[in-house]
Amino acid sequence: MADFTLQVNGNEKKVSVPPETPLLWVLRDTLELTGTKFGCGAGFCGACTVHVAGAAIRSCSTPVSQVAGKGVTTIEGLGAKSLHVLQQAWIAEEVPQCGYCQTGQIMTAAALLAKTPNPSDEQITQAMNGNLCRCGTYERIRKAIHRAAGVGGAR
Amino acid sequence: MSRLSRREFVAAGIAAGTGLVVGFYLPRAGRSTKEVFSPNAYLRITPDNKITIVVARSEMGQGVRTALPMILAEELEADWKQIEIEQAGASTLYGDQTTGGSASVKTTWDPMRKAGAAAREMLISAAALRWGVPRSSCAAVEGSILHGASKRRLSYGALVGKAATLPIPTDAPLKQSKDYKIVGQRLARVDTPSKVKGEAVFGIDFRMPGMKYAVLSRCPTIGGKLVKFDDAESKKIAGVIYVGKISDAAVAVVADSVWGAMEGRRLLNVSWEEGPNKDLNTPAVMESLKQAAPKKGVSLYSVGDVSKVTGRRVAAEYRLPFMAHAPMETGNCTAHYQATACELWAPTQVPQDCRDAAAQAVGLDPDQVKVNVTMMGGGFGRRLEHDYAVEAALVSKATRVPVKVIWTREDDMRFSTYRPASLHQLNAVLDGAGWPVAFTHRIAAPSISGQKGQPVPGGVDPDLPDEAAFVYGLENVSIESVIAETAVPLGWMRSVYALQAGFASESFIDELAAAAGKDPLEYRLHMLAKDRDIQFFTTTWHTARMRGVLQLAADKAGWRKALPAGRFRGIACFGCFSSYMAEVAEISMENDVPRVHRVVAAVDCGQVVNPSIMEQQIQGGIVYALSNALRAKITIEKGRVVQGNFDDYPPLRMDETPVVEVYAVPSTEPPTGIGEPSVPPLAPALCNAIFAATKKRIRELPILS
Repeated sequence: MADFTLQVNGNEKKVSVPPETPLLWVLRDTLELTGTKFGCGAGFCGACTVHVAGAAIRSCSTPVSQVAGKGVTTIEGLGAKSLHVLQQAWIAEEVPQCGYCQTGQIMTAAALLAKTPNPSDEQITQAMNGNLCRCGTYERIRKAIHRAAGVGGAR
Repeated sequence: MSRLSRREFVAAGIAAGTGLVVGFYLPRAGRSTKEVFSPNAYLRITPDNKITIVVARSEMGQGVRTALPMILAEELEADWKQIEIEQAGASTLYGDQTTGGSASVKTTWDPMRKAGAAAREMLISAAALRWGVPRSSCAAVEGSILHGASKRRLSYGALVGKAATLPIPTDAPLKQSKDYKIVGQRLARVDTPSKVKGEAVFGIDFRMPGMKYAVLSRCPTIGGKLVKFDDAESKKIAGVIYVGKISDAAVAVVADSVWGAMEGRRLLNVSWEEGPNKDLNTPAVMESLKQAAPKKGVSLYSVGDVSKVTGRRVAAEYRLPFMAHAPMETGNCTAHYQATACELWAPTQVPQDCRDAAAQAVGLDPDQVKVNVTMMGGGFGRRLEHDYAVEAALVSKATRVPVKVIWTREDDMRFSTYRPASLHQLNAVLDGAGWPVAFTHRIAAPSISGQKGQPVPGGVDPDLPDEAAFVYGLENVSIESVIAETAVPLGWMRSVYALQAGFASESFIDELAAAAGKDPLEYRLHMLAKDRDIQFFTTTWHTARMRGVLQLAADKAGWRKALPAGRFRGIACFGCFSSYMAEVAEISMENDVPRVHRVVAAVDCGQVVNPSIMEQQIQGGIVYALSNALRAKITIEKGRVVQGNFDDYPPLRMDETPVVEVYAVPSTEPPTGIGEPSVPPLAPALCNAIFAATKKRIRELPILS
């Protein structure tokens, strides 16, 4: 066990967990932020995507010890004040089916728009290709990202 | 309670012709009082104008929490904004709650409409009595009863007390489709906001005080058994509270965190007896199918006499592998066992089966087990199994604390139930002009239901009637099934046998068209040219409706227009789950690998309840089917599943996803299946396009094996 102070969604959180514990399980089990999902445990699917210091990372493969002191944003923090423009676009385009992967999709898309406010189709594909969706919502995801970009998606 | 298999259940419902919900109109199902008007188990209206509609099917992404209430709300003349949705757990009030067979809308269409209509009529009567005016002068409009002559209005909430005292009509008139205000609209799904905010509670997200987490170490060899285990190292992991044998082939590691349980399992020293299948491998399975294929089969469909037809003979054999569902949310279930009761929180397509199986496993009566149905991160048939629920109940009983069992991705890939591998032998006889005058298809595959010990009436797997129809009006046809058993665990995976039957049949039709030197679309249209009714078990198929989707898909795809250089097209059509589907795949070849640019899909599924959800299902089904066609293959070596995660069982990603265009034939026929019918035509349409591009015929899936 080791003590860590995390900055999660703008709040300071103290946790006491084994240092190799993936950030995913600290978020889900310890901090009860279950919007971040477990999909593969190996960085293949992107369901566990969160932002660390603004970059989209796979929380299932990131030991908590690596993020101590860095700002972590989860889906719960992304739209904490009001819905993020991507969340609005996801609703407008009726993207989710089962919805399980969608929080990870949105986190990946948010990191894309933060750097590339008006991405091309190719840039969207490149950014989103690490996020799996078994319901096959990819084309609606693409439309939603374009929609969000059209209304100033970087926010 | 003895449970019909899901297929028997569907067949029984169709035979009865009255919808499937046994006990739907039991008066005691409703709890009408002055505070609540509940004329049936699906509907409650309270004085605050809140209308609660109960959904007794499981939401796994297919939209039932929106679509089913829309059907009831339509007849109720409700204001959609008033509606609140409640998910039913396992119950005795709703008949079989199995969510499968693309049947939720189809089988609840009549009961939900009747439930809404009966309530509407009672509310009209209540208002008429209140006002002392004839019923005929009152009308239900958007959640109120209006008296046109006096311009008086009473909300449904205001009529709750009176309506609750009235008899429930059994013959309430149903609306005509032309008058629909809700059904047929692109209403937003009720579950979308919670899903984009991360607030939706999937099974894996459920939590309760004192809950612990379990992962199981399972025998890696099919049919093997536990010999012994040593938990000394596991128990050194902080938070591990229990390690114990849970079944003949599984040891549970329980901890106060998922990570602790995973680490505890990693350090578990366990030895297995590999059992009877330790030498089983995929080639042996395929060889057993090959050996079985010539054996006497059971006739699924026969017209004319294929043995007496002469002409040019064409034959081909097709093969398909085992496949895994791989839903994004891995297996999980939470159980709280308390000596005389057990409560489950299960992401399941079969709440009642979970209840019964868990009860048996922990030695309780089914009515001592309560099953809550959570949101599901995909199902695709994987959650038609009750394995997670039984494991959770057993571990909770062993530890006497609430426990959530979680499967890792590797667990899901290796200890799943798989789409059956199959082998198909097809033969046709062509006349002098190249048209088929005889067609035979022998399907050699193991029986999913048979393996599970469920009835296989007349030697016919109970799934095949929904999934192996041949909707062409030929004079001589024989479709036969040969059941070849396997030890590999089998499950129902999206479209079930229709994927295999459709791939073989529609690829072979393309072979015949090529052999005859004819256009594949014209070839099919010729076989569908005459209006015919084709009876396949309890479903009557109509060549006209298949012709309709084929023509629509072809027109929208511009079939008769030339493609740019390097682009090629293939077409296929198939009927399953009582719906008709045609697809045109447009591809190019890049280094011998097909790239699918566009798929045009046309469906005839009767009345569409929500076009947006229907389009989601078809778009998603096509992406799922393209994953299957290109790469999905589970292989067995030494009795073990080889694949473990998304690196060696790679689903489609955005870069390979085509644009999918969806068109529905306008229809007021009763709604039929939409979750699965888009799957079967995709692989043959794609392989037929590959043939158009390369003149190479693909007779085995996956394409990129």
